[in-house]
Amino acid sequence: MEKITDRQKILIVDDSEMNRAILADMLDGEFDIIEAENGEEGVAMLQKHGPEISLVLLDIVMPVMDGFGVLTQMNKYRWIEDIPVIMISAERGSSHIERAFELGITDFISRPFDALIVHRRVVNTILLYAKQKRLTAMVAEQIYEKEQRSSLMIDILSHCVEFRNGESGMHVRNVHILTETLLNALLRKTDRYHISQADISVISTASALHDIGKIAIPEEILNKPGKFTPEEFAIMKTHSMVGAEMLENLPSYQNEPLVSFAYQICRWHHERWDGRGYPDGLAGDEIPISAQIVAMADVYDALTSERVYKPPFSHEQAVNMIVGGECGQFNPLMLECLEECADEIRQELAAGGEQRRSQRDIQNMARELHRHKELTASERSLELLEHERMKYSFFASLTKEIQFEYTISPPALVLNSWGSEKLDLPEALLDPYQHPEALSIINKDVQSKLADALHSTSPGSPVVQCDCKLTIKGEERWHRIVARASWSSEEPPRYTGCIGKAMDIHNSRLQLENLERQASHDSLTGLVNRAYAKKRIIERLEDRPAGRYAMAILDLDYFKSANDTYGHMFGDEVLKFLAERMRHSIRGGDIAARVGGDEFLIFLEYKDDLEGAIEGIYSRVSGGVYKDFAISVSMGVASTQEAGCDYDSLFRCADQALYVVKHSGEKGHYNYYHKENAIDTATSAVSPIDAESKEESE
Amino acid sequence: MTLKECYAALNGDYEEAMGRLRSERLVQKFVLKFLEDGSFELLCRSMEAGDLSEAFRAAHTIKGVCANMAFSALLKSSSQLTELLRGGDMGDQAQELFQRVKVDYAKTAQAIQAFREEAGG
Repeated sequence: MEKITDRQKILIVDDSEMNRAILADMLDGEFDIIEAENGEEGVAMLQKHGPEISLVLLDIVMPVMDGFGVLTQMNKYRWIEDIPVIMISAERGSSHIERAFELGITDFISRPFDALIVHRRVVNTILLYAKQKRLTAMVAEQIYEKEQRSSLMIDILSHCVEFRNGESGMHVRNVHILTETLLNALLRKTDRYHISQADISVISTASALHDIGKIAIPEEILNKPGKFTPEEFAIMKTHSMVGAEMLENLPSYQNEPLVSFAYQICRWHHERWDGRGYPDGLAGDEIPISAQIVAMADVYDALTSERVYKPPFSHEQAVNMIVGGECGQFNPLMLECLEECADEIRQELAAGGEQRRSQRDIQNMARELHRHKELTASERSLELLEHERMKYSFFASLTKEIQFEYTISPPALVLNSWGSEKLDLPEALLDPYQHPEALSIINKDVQSKLADALHSTSPGSPVVQCDCKLTIKGEERWHRIVARASWSSEEPPRYTGCIGKAMDIHNSRLQLENLERQASHDSLTGLVNRAYAKKRIIERLEDRPAGRYAMAILDLDYFKSANDTYGHMFGDEVLKFLAERMRHSIRGGDIAARVGGDEFLIFLEYKDDLEGAIEGIYSRVSGGVYKDFAISVSMGVASTQEAGCDYDSLFRCADQALYVVKHSGEKGHYNYYHKENAIDTATSAVSPIDAESKEESE
Repeated sequence: MTLKECYAALNGDYEEAMGRLRSERLVQKFVLKFLEDGSFELLCRSMEAGDLSEAFRAAHTIKGVCANMAFSALLKSSSQLTELLRGGDMGDQAQELFQRVKVDYAKTAQAIQAFREEAGG
């Protein structure tokens, strides 16, 4: 008996603690025991430990999920193929035992059990499985190598034939794919022909040899562009028999299935169901099924390929022509197969069978790697890859970002799990453009802008960035989307999709807006400050210099006495009160600002009635009282017509007009600036402190 | 009281248990552990509540444990009860058998307790 070196893990699933304890005791010391007290826990353990578990001891009658439930899950996830199960039960009904074996258990021990027997059977099962795994690996490796070698030789040989025929080099490949697809369809339909999966593989491989007889046909005939004369056609027709004879005369390998299938295919791939083919005129199922299938595959590929004497027909045309009998009669059952797997054929041919093959290769490789204990180079890179993936998903889970990957073909959106949860979308979304919930998150304009931006990147600089609002669970929040376009490596590169992330920048954006607001607004009154007003006014003037604008500078009369009498707090209240009035007396596009101290500014655009507009504003701003303080405002107004179309002139002239009011001895009214009444430019109503700050800001 | 005498008191088969578990240490360990097993309480509760499936499961577990421990008397009554419950019968016959199981269980538990006191003391 072989000795078990590593301590193997055994999972005991039984609801009775006592039963588990007895079993554990019987096996203790040699194995690591893990326990589960019902089926569901057992499945969870299997999920957690996976192939580390060498054996499962399973009870039948348990709460929550019984033993059959566990077996069903193990079948579903195909664990049953790798992990042996010994069922232990007091159930003696043969139907129970039968069902358990059908579900894939390796052994059944009935209660009461004997410690020696349990121990022995456990050890035997584990050893058997270990041995079987090793053997499977060895056999798979050898078969795989052999298959690789022989299909390589066949590929070379058949390409030689094709090369001589002047065919595309795709013919052999296509016939192979068609043969395999059609045979699978036939197998699904009927068991009349006794074909196994292994036969399908051999026949498909042998199909590559169907035209080897053509190497005996003179080249002038073989590649003649026009129609054959009857004599030439007779020579051409000999290729099927010649090929068969070549195979028949092989000194050895006569018992190889590959050779005997190839013989059938070579000799009879031009026979027809109604007996009107050549060389032997066989009819119906006298023609071996391998040759029938390859005949159809050959015709299909000839029809859909371009030849010197004809253009290629479409897939649909080819199917219709074959079904319509234009290329000779075929087995009706196979015509059904052809029609049924028409789509499959188109896909397989388009994919070139390459994917399937490489997938199989990858599976083989993965299986190999899995079985080798020592660290090979590729296993190491797989591990590194796995490590990178783990690292990536770990960091991704920390960053709280929505990460996405979009592919055009197939149109699919994949989200990281955090993003999927955040957006309330599945992690993988096919056809996101058909998905109303996905579309509602990002508005259409942004979508197309982003798509345009990505499309117009280049492989050299594929990254785009944009800030936009996303509607997440009904709430609009600012996000920064950074995306990298994926370009294919072909020439010219093709846009294939993008990867990227969306970060929530809502709070920082609001903060920024807030800061901007603080910088541009007067904190006491909430009006914009003088510097910002200036900036805005200049923009407006430059934007539309032909417009008619006016500026009014306002001064609160007797403000100093308000401060002196009631205190500064009260003074502030009055300023706020006035600012509020100003805010309500201007129109949307107008600007109201606090210049400083008790001086304010209004900038407005007017059409023709400036007097009306000014009167309206003034009547709303001045007059009445705040608490006991009478609100009286002096105001100077300058229009661009009189003062000129720039900020400084407007300000200066409005200031002069105000000066006139202030010094007229009669406060509480307003005055327009007129060119003809212009006074000394040095005169200003704005208080010295404000004048200073004016200098600074300019 | 020896382990063998304990088996005699509870109408069990000491030789069979030894044959299965192969060591007196193990047999003793699990005989003592039997008192901690909650299946009997579960059976009582579910019989009272009329919960057929739970009652079946509990009876089934008792039966399995008794079989392994070769507690022949309790094995017999619990097996019979298990089969009745499996058939969906919770009627008079099942109640009668349940009383039988109670008696057998009490006897088994008593014997084990007596053994424990002597062995542990």
